[in-house]
Amino acid sequence: MSRWPSALYLENGHLFLGTGFGAKQSRGGEVVFNTGMSGYQEIFTDPSYSNQIVTMTYPHIGNTGVNREDTESASLFLSGVVVRDYCEEPSNWRAHESLHKYLEKAGVPGITDVDTREITIRLRAEGAQRGVILSTEGLFKDAVVEKAKGLLQEVPSMEGLELVSSVSCKSAYEFEASSNAGKTILVYDFGVKTNILRHLKRRGFRVVVVPYNTTAEEVSARNPDAILLSNGPGDPSQVSEQVLQSLKALIGKYPIFAICMGHQLLSRALGMSTYKLKFGHHGVNHPVKDMRSGRILVTSQNHGFAIPMEEIEGNRDLELTHLSLNDKTVEGYASAGLKLQSIQFHPEAGPGPSDASYLFDNFMEHYLQ
Amino acid sequence: MPKRTDIKRILIIGSGPIVIGQACEFDYSGTQACKTLKEEGFEVILVNSNPATIMTDPDFADRTYVEPLTLEYLEDIIKRERPDALLPTMGGQTALNLAMNLSKKGILEKYGVELIGANQRAIETAEDRELFKKVLNKLGIDYARSGNARTISQAIQVSEQLGFPCVIRPSFTLGGTGASIAYNIEEFTAEVARGIEASPINDVLVEESVLGWKEYELEVMRDSKDNVVIVCSIENIDPMGVHTGDSVTVAPAQTLTDVEYQAMRDMALAIIREVGVDTGGSNIQFAVNPQTGRVVAIEMNPRVSRSSALASKATGFPIAKIATKLAVGYSLDEIPNDITKMTPSCFEPSIDYVVTKIPRFAFEKFPRSDSRLSPQMRSVGEVMAFGRTFRESLQKALRSLETNLWGLNPLKERRKLRSGEAWVEGVRNYLKNPKPDRLLWMAQAMREGVSAEEVSRITKVDPWFVRQIYSLIETEREIATWEGRLSDVPKETLYKWKREGFSDAAIAHFIQSSEVQVRAKRQHAGVKPVFKMVDTCGAEFASNTPYFYSTYEQYGDPNPSSGKKKIVILGGGPNRIGQGIEFDYCCVQASKAIREEGYESIMVNCNPETVSTDYDISDKLFFEPLFLEDIINVLETEKPDGIVVHFGGQTPLNLSKQLHKLNYPIMGTPSEAIEVAEDRDKFRALCHQLDLRQPESSTVTDRKNAVAAAEKLGFPLLVRPSYVLGGRGMEIIYNSRDFQRWILKGIEITPEAPLLIDRFLKSAIEVDVDGIWDGEQLLVCGILEQVHEAGVHSGDSSCTLPPISLSGEVQEELIRQTGLLAKELKVLGLINIQFAIENGKIYILEVNPRASRTVPFSSKARGIPFSQIAMKVMMGKKLKDMNVPEDLTMDRVYVKESVFPFQKFPRTDIILGPEMRSTGEVMGGGATFGEAFAKAMLSSGFRLPQEGRVFLSVRDADKKALAPIAIELHDLGFTLCGTRGTAAYLEDHGLNIEIVNKVDEGRPHVVDMIKNGDIQLVINTSTLGIHEVGAAYELRRNTLMRNLCYFTTIPAARAGTRAIAQMRQTPVSTMCLQERKKQKPTKASPSLML
Repeated sequence: MSRWPSALYLENGHLFLGTGFGAKQSRGGEVVFNTGMSGYQEIFTDPSYSNQIVTMTYPHIGNTGVNREDTESASLFLSGVVVRDYCEEPSNWRAHESLHKYLEKAGVPGITDVDTREITIRLRAEGAQRGVILSTEGLFKDAVVEKAKGLLQEVPSMEGLELVSSVSCKSAYEFEASSNAGKTILVYDFGVKTNILRHLKRRGFRVVVVPYNTTAEEVSARNPDAILLSNGPGDPSQVSEQVLQSLKALIGKYPIFAICMGHQLLSRALGMSTYKLKFGHHGVNHPVKDMRSGRILVTSQNHGFAIPMEEIEGNRDLELTHLSLNDKTVEGYASAGLKLQSIQFHPEAGPGPSDASYLFDNFMEHYLQ
Repeated sequence: MPKRTDIKRILIIGSGPIVIGQACEFDYSGTQACKTLKEEGFEVILVNSNPATIMTDPDFADRTYVEPLTLEYLEDIIKRERPDALLPTMGGQTALNLAMNLSKKGILEKYGVELIGANQRAIETAEDRELFKKVLNKLGIDYARSGNARTISQAIQVSEQLGFPCVIRPSFTLGGTGASIAYNIEEFTAEVARGIEASPINDVLVEESVLGWKEYELEVMRDSKDNVVIVCSIENIDPMGVHTGDSVTVAPAQTLTDVEYQAMRDMALAIIREVGVDTGGSNIQFAVNPQTGRVVAIEMNPRVSRSSALASKATGFPIAKIATKLAVGYSLDEIPNDITKMTPSCFEPSIDYVVTKIPRFAFEKFPRSDSRLSPQMRSVGEVMAFGRTFRESLQKALRSLETNLWGLNPLKERRKLRSGEAWVEGVRNYLKNPKPDRLLWMAQAMREGVSAEEVSRITKVDPWFVRQIYSLIETEREIATWEGRLSDVPKETLYKWKREGFSDAAIAHFIQSSEVQVRAKRQHAGVKPVFKMVDTCGAEFASNTPYFYSTYEQYGDPNPSSGKKKIVILGGGPNRIGQGIEFDYCCVQASKAIREEGYESIMVNCNPETVSTDYDISDKLFFEPLFLEDIINVLETEKPDGIVVHFGGQTPLNLSKQLHKLNYPIMGTPSEAIEVAEDRDKFRALCHQLDLRQPESSTVTDRKNAVAAAEKLGFPLLVRPSYVLGGRGMEIIYNSRDFQRWILKGIEITPEAPLLIDRFLKSAIEVDVDGIWDGEQLLVCGILEQVHEAGVHSGDSSCTLPPISLSGEVQEELIRQTGLLAKELKVLGLINIQFAIENGKIYILEVNPRASRTVPFSSKARGIPFSQIAMKVMMGKKLKDMNVPEDLTMDRVYVKESVFPFQKFPRTDIILGPEMRSTGEVMGGGATFGEAFAKAMLSSGFRLPQEGRVFLSVRDADKKALAPIAIELHDLGFTLCGTRGTAAYLEDHGLNIEIVNKVDEGRPHVVDMIKNGDIQLVINTSTLGIHEVGAAYELRRNTLMRNLCYFTTIPAARAGTRAIAQMRQTPVSTMCLQERKKQKPTKASPSLML
């Protein structure tokens, strides 16, 4: 594996020099951090990270390589990977190839040997920023900054960015089709993680995945028993009005389970708004309180936007079901009347603890019996 | 749920003396528990027999009992104190077992005491392997197949189903005591027999071997609302087969994917719920087959453990503190995260560094014992180090060990072995058996061309770790290419090496330069470490808890200054024999004093078990090796006004000379004094000048002169080869023939390594005097009379405070001499002097111008915080301004007794000698010496017999002194038996003695009688050195393994006899430290001060 001098440049002017791995190319995106100590394969393959550069706060990344089973989507949508200490020779009985090879094939640049804790602190203190990863081969420091600034101009801000259309499937398909499936759940693919589909399949559903712009009529034509609105990347306020109209038409008609981006879109369809968090929630150790049982869940989270608490509290149809204990933001709500369960975090985990997987069971139990 | 208001008084049981498998970590957890309960407004009653602990400082509990940890004493305390609840999970297996017995015997019920933090059913389920297996079965969790056996034939039946190798574990023992592996039927039957004997319920578990599998531990917490979190995952570098306490371990886990980790997490959650641990922490171990990924659950500890101390320090999540809060009713979401203050505790810490723990061993003290590591724990301490990578943390941990390593030092043994194929073959063989220095051998093997894959295959150490070490070897090679060209090394290159964790000394080694030059080069080039924070959350949230580690990165975390004057305390490093918890106690006390005086206290230490490395104890904590380079880094960033080296034992003292040379402000006693005290010639000159007496001695530089010098001094003699470290190699030699033999054993005697010979003061009483000198006055902390005769290391000897056989004049003279030496050495703070008194003459043996091992004992016995006073003296306060109590008289007698690890080291004799081998200590207090001694014995694990048969066998020199003891034992109703020689002598004194065969005199012999339970007490003295094996070895070893009460010196036998007599008249009685007659604080009186 060849290595080359590389840099990460943040829009606030911070320059971090390191070593390149993965694809030897320049890419830009919103720089975010993830505090998960395991699960880099799932994180890097999560479509929600589209147009983002992910900084892993845990230093050793690549230890277990990449295996065939733990991917969250067929292709990679993120813009780059930032780590402290990349490991080229994996050690795990399921490892299939190195992370470097995997990223290289997918055209995703990585940078290692950089002070990831400092990057995290900058993002925490100054808020999410755009950044670029670039090779600095043959460049002096001034030239690196010059080049980085030029590249940065091409990188759009996450706020106001519509990304769902670019990661969604283009046509409907059945996930792991089999003949003896039970009830049908229709999954709106805003950038769906495979683990959501696995969870549904495991519970006996026939899982049909449809593109993000599927209309209410097309849904009805498929006559599903329930609908799941998936996770996905970008700014929820930029998803087309047509999508919201479709969702509006489906609310109350079918039981709906919404996750992350799906949760935000459902909220917009219900007339609520979304706002950008300072540096988002990206990790697998976030405590969330289930307001109905009082139980604390350790959850997997990855979102930069949220629903204002007062808008939930002001809606008599909705019940706040999940609350972030770190910053008291909305993590989920339900409506018995409308048969909705909307969750901001990732009950499917992948990566992260399985504490919240009971939500899939609850959904079936409450709305599908 | 909020705090419980229905309970007010809570009893905490400590873990007793430091033993292998149970060390400072339970002082850390117990201290946290006490502090937390007091903060919450509960009254705390604490029982612990170990006076060296911080928790037994009277400030930490409302009622502090330093009493034996036995049912009858605990019942007495419960009866007196009537606690509402008992928190049994903070004092290790000792406390848990006691709590279980109190519960089973109905004592808790009788007095209405509720178990909190654990319940009997959960403890039983977790600890009984059969019940635990039922739980796993129910949950569908895999485990190693096994079966219990109470006889050898039952065991063989089990083994037939499992095949070899298999593991034999005695049930209900501490720290895996007695666990072993058998590869064939012969080994198997022997190990099963040993195991059945070692188990308190005479039961062993025979288990499928998962040898060589990857080993993991999860630290789990559960609250009463059924919230469960994993605090930390730990991966063992040494695979299954080595006790986790003896393994090099890393946090977090490195070689699991998220799917595998989450599966393990799910199992851990299911287990803690099903076992029914209502609140608190548990530790669950798993093994993973590296080829197939098959996971088996190994075991569970339903309490705070050594691993939880490690996890607390590694993550910043204070498990014992949180577990205590959970036990009194809180739930995890109601407790704020201690570090961030803004997020709750119901989360799973995320760390952005790697932590490596390396155990510290003491096999050099037990040279006849096999040093191969096994499922039975034998390490005596540990160190931990932080790094941003495993490589950095590993190298920092290695230099924290204080075994003269600066990293992965090349092995010197290399030179002795043949080169080429034979060498590589030798290495391969060596790597097969894990020994304490296996990491160094792995590195050496790869240096010599064995591939990482092969090293991994032989050792079963995961390839990831081996390759990380290999990567360090590659960097070594790169460094070596710059040999002789240090000044040409570019800054970036040097920075890169430092980032890999190489110390200046390591770089100097590979580049053929000196540590000083590398440091100068580095400082000139501006290559300096930064300090990052341990914050539980990977920087996701702002935190201002000043808990730091060094690393080489672009940026450090903010480290705001309080503006106060700063004092840095250098801690004691890893526990080892000769330096342990007592020095941590002193450091913690010093920190307290510094804060009280309005200064900022900054702690530097690397031992994760300790209280001093709790971030609550000092204003700032630097978790760093006590290695000159790392210390300098802290001093450069903090620029303190003073540095304290006198409380952490020998470790910081050894650094003081170099720090002084570099002009760092060492507080208190100047390092010149330390030099005088440690240099025999200088010290001899000083004693001569002050007209103080020392034993006659001689320094010889060759064999021939040695014999002549020995004859001239006369026997017995104390010989000290010059490599002596903590008494190593010291021996007492009784006659010319033994001396000749000893000298021929290959002892090096050269002008560079001279041999020191002292006349041995045969029947002397040894006395330790601890004092504090403020430049004008002396405060005597204690005059401690050793119970054993001279020749037994003072750390191993029992001692009594106040002294029982010293006249007032002798005591006054000891005080005078102490003051004289303190003044002359310009001591400022603590001083310890060892005296010997022979025929009324006082001899000075040794001076230590620092805190001694006995300071905590004296502090507890007299109720005065001497370390704090000493610290304040070092800060410039005068004794006369501090209102210290004036009177040396005491209303009770306190005896310190030592605890030994002999049972864990087969083939080791139990005779005491000049080399210290005890791991811990206990204190017994009573109205009389006899009562105090009996309690101390009981606390150290020996119940003095009240009736039965005493076996007597002593060397000729002791026979005269034995007679009155034998008479007293006879009068107390004991039957006497003895070997021919001893019996003949005693019969001449009118005693009737049964004659018993020695082992080599035919059967039945004494060992047969011991095995048949016909002997209750053994008095046996020997002329042999501690590492020799004589005819009586088997007798003593059997005595030990049967846990019989024994004495190997006459004074101890005398004290024991007195104690037996005393206990006949004294019922069980207890007293807490706070109850003692409050000594009126007055101005220092002239009688105690000079």
